[in-house]
Amino acid sequence: MTEASQPIKRRAIALVSGGLDSMLAVKVMQEQGIEVEGVNFYTGFCVEGHTHAIRKKDKDKEKRNNALWVAEQLGIKMHIIDISEEYKDVVLNPKHGYGANLNPCLDCKIFMVNQATLMINKARELAGDRGFDFIVTGEVIGQRPKSQRKETMPIISQESGADDRLLRPLCAQNLPPTLPEREGWVNRDELHDFSGRNRKPQMALAAKFGLDDFAQPAGGCCFLTDESYSNKLADLWKARNERRYELDDIMLLKVGRHLRPQPHYKLIISREEGENRFLEGYRYQFTSLTTVSCPGPLALVDGEFGSEAELEQAAAIVARYSKGRVEETVTLEVRSPDGVAREITVAPAQPDAVLASWNVG
Amino acid sequence: MTSPLHELDVRRLLCPMPVIKTQNKVRTLATGDTLKVVCTDPGALSDIPAWCRINGHEVLEMGEQGNEVFVVLRVGEDNGALF
Ligand code: SF4
Repeated sequence: MTEASQPIKRRAIALVSGGLDSMLAVKVMQEQGIEVEGVNFYTGFCVEGHTHAIRKKDKDKEKRNNALWVAEQLGIKMHIIDISEEYKDVVLNPKHGYGANLNPCLDCKIFMVNQATLMINKARELAGDRGFDFIVTGEVIGQRPKSQRKETMPIISQESGADDRLLRPLCAQNLPPTLPEREGWVNRDELHDFSGRNRKPQMALAAKFGLDDFAQPAGGCCFLTDESYSNKLADLWKARNERRYELDDIMLLKVGRHLRPQPHYKLIISREEGENRFLEGYRYQFTSLTTVSCPGPLALVDGEFGSEAELEQAAAIVARYSKGRVEETVTLEVRSPDGVAREITVAPAQPDAVLASWNVG
Repeated sequence: MTSPLHELDVRRLLCPMPVIKTQNKVRTLATGDTLKVVCTDPGALSDIPAWCRINGHEVLEMGEQGNEVFVVLRVGEDNGALF
């Protein structure tokens, strides 16, 4: 396929999530002599990343950034783009609604393909033939109930503005020919007709390419497909009486035990050392509680205490999760964001005093 | 080693933001320039070198200083500034 006679080497930009499907899609293109560069969008909800920050030092297996790993395996360049600010509108106002949880998958796909379209338009303007000719994704018809159905494929192409410059090598044979197929840049006969949730064809193709050790995210590429995470996000909006979020908010939803004893405050309590270190970094933004008379967790207070009694209640809850839970009293430090601290001694809450209904998520 | 020409402070940022900021900074630099990236997320010690390997930059030095980690790199032939 890669005869020297080919006048121009066609170039594609591929949406690379770090999972197997986009990896295969790139590989199929490379087999046809297409030069591919990858783009990976950072939304803030990515499963990536957070695992780094909260991992226990030296203990956990070295975590890797899957998008970078995929790029290295495939020998492609990778552009990682921070879209977290613009992405808020996708999460808050998805035109096509949500999936099973707060995952706006269809709008998300449209948004990302649109971003890639803007990139190739800009690159063409700046670089002419060194720009990109089309966009590649690893989408497979029927793979995801909401966003990857046969009817949604043309919606993504049209609403993103990519139109027939969007090629899905893994299911292209089930869809009308796109520009790269019609122009003969790629051979449609060597593309695929995968559909449905059966992963066997992908596994077979991976084996054929000799790929292994790839990431296989269960639910989806981001935390929004996770039920517990979506519940925490919904709780945040409800507590604030407003649907909005900052990047720090959505990071904190990934970490710790979240308890809401009162509508106006929530406790975020670390469960292990890695989370402890992670939450440590937020102590200048939130009031925090730590045990001083015994080892225990770090807790952030999201909201305000209405009274000293509420502070005591919170301290008793935190003490309940400390090593001193069986002691008569536990002493904690209450520190405000400006660093001013004082100590408070309470009796740890009894197990039945921590209500299951306080659990957010 | 002579001290790096440029320094990037990405303390407190979580992965993959240190990589993204490094990428965006390198786009403004010239081939051969050196850049020291200082971070607090230890994941950067695997991500930034991986990013460098992919994009043809050279890692000159990396390590830990207390709660911080740092990577010193030299910008390769293509700084990645296509768009
Ligand atoms: S799982 Fe998340 S990142 Fe993936 S398409 Fe859905 S909303 Fe977008």
